[in-house]
Amino acid sequence: MSDQNQILEELTGSEYKYGFSTDFEEVRAPKGLNEDIVKFISAKKNEPEFMLEWRLKAYRHWLTMKEPNWQNVQYPPIDYNDLYYYAAPKNAKKLKSLDELDPQIKKTYDRLGIPLEEQLILAGVAVDAVIDSVSVVTTYKEKLAELGIIFCSISEAIQENPELVKKYLGSVVPITDNYFASLNSAVFSDGSFVYIPKGVRCPMELSTYFRINAENTGQFERTLIIAEEGSYVSYLEGCTAPMRDENQLHAAVVELIAHENAEIKYSTVQNWYPGDKDGKGGIYNFVTKRGICAGNNSKISWTQVETGSSITWKYPSVILKGDNSIGEFYSVAVTNNKQQADTGTKMYHIGKNTKSRIVSKGISAGESNNSYRGLVQVSKRAENARNFSQCDSLLMTDRCGAHTFPYFEIDNPSAIVEHEATTSKIGEDIMFYCQQRGISQEDAVALIVNGYAKEVLNQLPMEFAVEAQKLLAISLEGSVG
Amino acid sequence: MEEELKYKLISDFKLLESSLNGEAKSPFHKIRQDAISVFEELGFPVKKLEEWKYTNLSNITKNRFRQFLIPEKINLTFEEVAGFIYPEFEGNIIVLINGHYSVKFSKIVTQKDGVFIGSFSEAREKHNDLIQNYFAKYADYYRNSLTALNTAFAIDGVFIHLEKNVTVDEPLLILNIADSREENLIAQPRNLFILEEGSSILMADDYYTIGDHPFFTNSVTEIILKQNASLEHYKIQNDGSNAYHIGTIQVEQERDSRFSNTTISWGGGLIRNNLNATLNGENSESHFFGLYLLKDKQFVDNHTLVDHAVPNCNSNELYKGLIDDKATGVFNGKIMVRKDAQKTNAYQSNKNILLSENAKINAKPQLEIFADDVKCSHGATSGQLDENSMFYLQSRGISKVEAKILLMNAFSSEVIDSVKIDSLRQHLHNLILKKLGK
Repeated sequence: MSDQNQILEELTGSEYKYGFSTDFEEVRAPKGLNEDIVKFISAKKNEPEFMLEWRLKAYRHWLTMKEPNWQNVQYPPIDYNDLYYYAAPKNAKKLKSLDELDPQIKKTYDRLGIPLEEQLILAGVAVDAVIDSVSVVTTYKEKLAELGIIFCSISEAIQENPELVKKYLGSVVPITDNYFASLNSAVFSDGSFVYIPKGVRCPMELSTYFRINAENTGQFERTLIIAEEGSYVSYLEGCTAPMRDENQLHAAVVELIAHENAEIKYSTVQNWYPGDKDGKGGIYNFVTKRGICAGNNSKISWTQVETGSSITWKYPSVILKGDNSIGEFYSVAVTNNKQQADTGTKMYHIGKNTKSRIVSKGISAGESNNSYRGLVQVSKRAENARNFSQCDSLLMTDRCGAHTFPYFEIDNPSAIVEHEATTSKIGEDIMFYCQQRGISQEDAVALIVNGYAKEVLNQLPMEFAVEAQKLLAISLEGSVG
Repeated sequence: MEEELKYKLISDFKLLESSLNGEAKSPFHKIRQDAISVFEELGFPVKKLEEWKYTNLSNITKNRFRQFLIPEKINLTFEEVAGFIYPEFEGNIIVLINGHYSVKFSKIVTQKDGVFIGSFSEAREKHNDLIQNYFAKYADYYRNSLTALNTAFAIDGVFIHLEKNVTVDEPLLILNIADSREENLIAQPRNLFILEEGSSILMADDYYTIGDHPFFTNSVTEIILKQNASLEHYKIQNDGSNAYHIGTIQVEQERDSRFSNTTISWGGGLIRNNLNATLNGENSESHFFGLYLLKDKQFVDNHTLVDHAVPNCNSNELYKGLIDDKATGVFNGKIMVRKDAQKTNAYQSNKNILLSENAKINAKPQLEIFADDVKCSHGATSGQLDENSMFYLQSRGISKVEAKILLMNAFSSEVIDSVKIDSLRQHLHNLILKKLGK
């Protein structure tokens, strides 16, 4: 036991691999938050009148709200007037090719291990790279444009497709939804916009890499994905962040809309800076993610691998409005050291014959706390709704915590709802078996954890699955209790 | 509404105080005064509180109630009381009328030394030391306003004290009779069971209502199980539809002790059962079973907490519900495993069958685990009677109605079988067939 603890300490003491900060000039809004800042952001981005109105409405509503306190995570109070709400790389002008990219920024990507050109050639992935809020380069855009697919930054969409933005922005997560969503609506800087036209199957995985770069900049990403009738899209989101000591707030909003027979697959690998081993620094990841299966036979699938952030607090949800629609949630959440995670999902069954599936795997190590919180709601008219939920927790040390808070509200007798949850640690017999066959303790843990999380990892697109598997191994090296 | 009832109760408390004479200065009454001020501060719980998310008390608080203070003349005959005692019962009988111990109807047959089975108010004279040591030490009245309200009106109830290694052979039946024939009343029985080392008893807590006025029972039971003590406790709720019941049972368990509770709810308008056990000694175990058969507009909330404070303990929960008409069932179960409570085994299961369009179930099974070497699991399901089973039975010539009863009976039996008093178990099996419409 003490041996294992020692290994745990050594390995979890290892430095964050992706921690560094790039210096390049940027334009910042003054610190603090007031109507002028909201106006400043809107003006900076050259937004039409309706957006400014929308932002101000959100801001005014936010002022009337109270920060929630029911969550199972703790953090010092955030001074919202001590944050910068806008930072953009200086001279941010649109680039047509990679050659025009700032060599500094390019170097950042290279050090992160995301060689853009390699992705262009090998992976066939279109990357909408976001550094500190402003979209710098968008690749493959032309190829997608041929199919009528719009994949651009949300600021660009506001300029070029205002009618779509006006129609859908805030339709799934209204500006009054919750404290952080309202804040985001007021000050969101940039994010991605995807529009898949009727009957189109997006031929490649769409991917955005988020980077948090400027110190003290709250990041307020806004993502909007619309899949028209009969279309399909798979979207990847992945992130790493530089190391620093001050906590950073990240309050993103993601909205998905799937029309009749459409399918949206949204995958996340989150590896933001988790803070050092005493819990100092690290990102606060307070995100509102929600999708609506608006049309019949539509499907939304969330997959997430959460290993980073000092605090992760989010519930990717699906509103199953269309008949026969399907919602899925696959999650692996790993917490180590003093990390905290309170994550899960909400499935609202409204349409007939709707189905949902929840698979959540929590892994706690160090002195971390990992909570699953989920709601399955079957409304009165949701005939023949079906849900299956499985929430497993794996505990690595005797100092960590694993919590499960599922909620079920069943209002229709034809619903079949099943929930299972287990909590356990890695069995000594399994460890013994592996070690006895010459597999080192660390490799055995990686093997077992990967097996444990396989059901979720299998849902990830290839490119991500490899990265995610490595991430799990790195996050948990030696942390067996 | 709520405020009105709250201040009515506070003035009832003053009434109680004025009748106390010298006792008003006792440490016991000091606790009551503390409790009423907590209640005054907190008021009735509202739905905004996470623990009361699914339970709306406005159906209770909209009524005017009078606290039943002194056992006034009660028009009950021996025949009427005997009607509530299930057939073939042999053992000790305690009758509580509106929360007050009735000397007239109670009958204690156990003659062993070291056994006190009687009224709480009598125990305050004979066992004042025990009351001082244990009363209000376990049921937290600082954070729970209804426990505070009960503590403020702690006047009478059942008191049991078993000395070391005493086994009570005869089961105990506690008949709680709510008499609401004349007016709206609140009864707040306060029970305290202390089982010293190695002692054991089996008991059933039976609830009945006579009369149609709204009746509100707010009971609190504190149970202390010393080393190797064992308690089998059954709660059978047969109240009328105008009866509201909030019952809190707080169990404190020492080393090697064993507690088992079976709660069967098929009567009552609104029921909230708080059942909390703290496993505070190694190798102790707790078993909770629950069955709710709901119809009309009934509402039942089973709210449980098993707190594993030390290593090597076991707990197991099984709650099953058949919900019909416009009834609503709620299950809220929490398993807490504290930091050093290694080698804990904790299981929890909640199964529901919704039988009608308007039936509803809210479930919230929770695990909070702070130790790694544990085996904990919970499961919750909601569904209908299995179509295949129905088809199988019907294809064998069993009518649809019969088949339904057969399946529902089988579903319920698992819980009823946990009852260890033979005559009671048999009685419950018979009763359930009646309830299911046979």
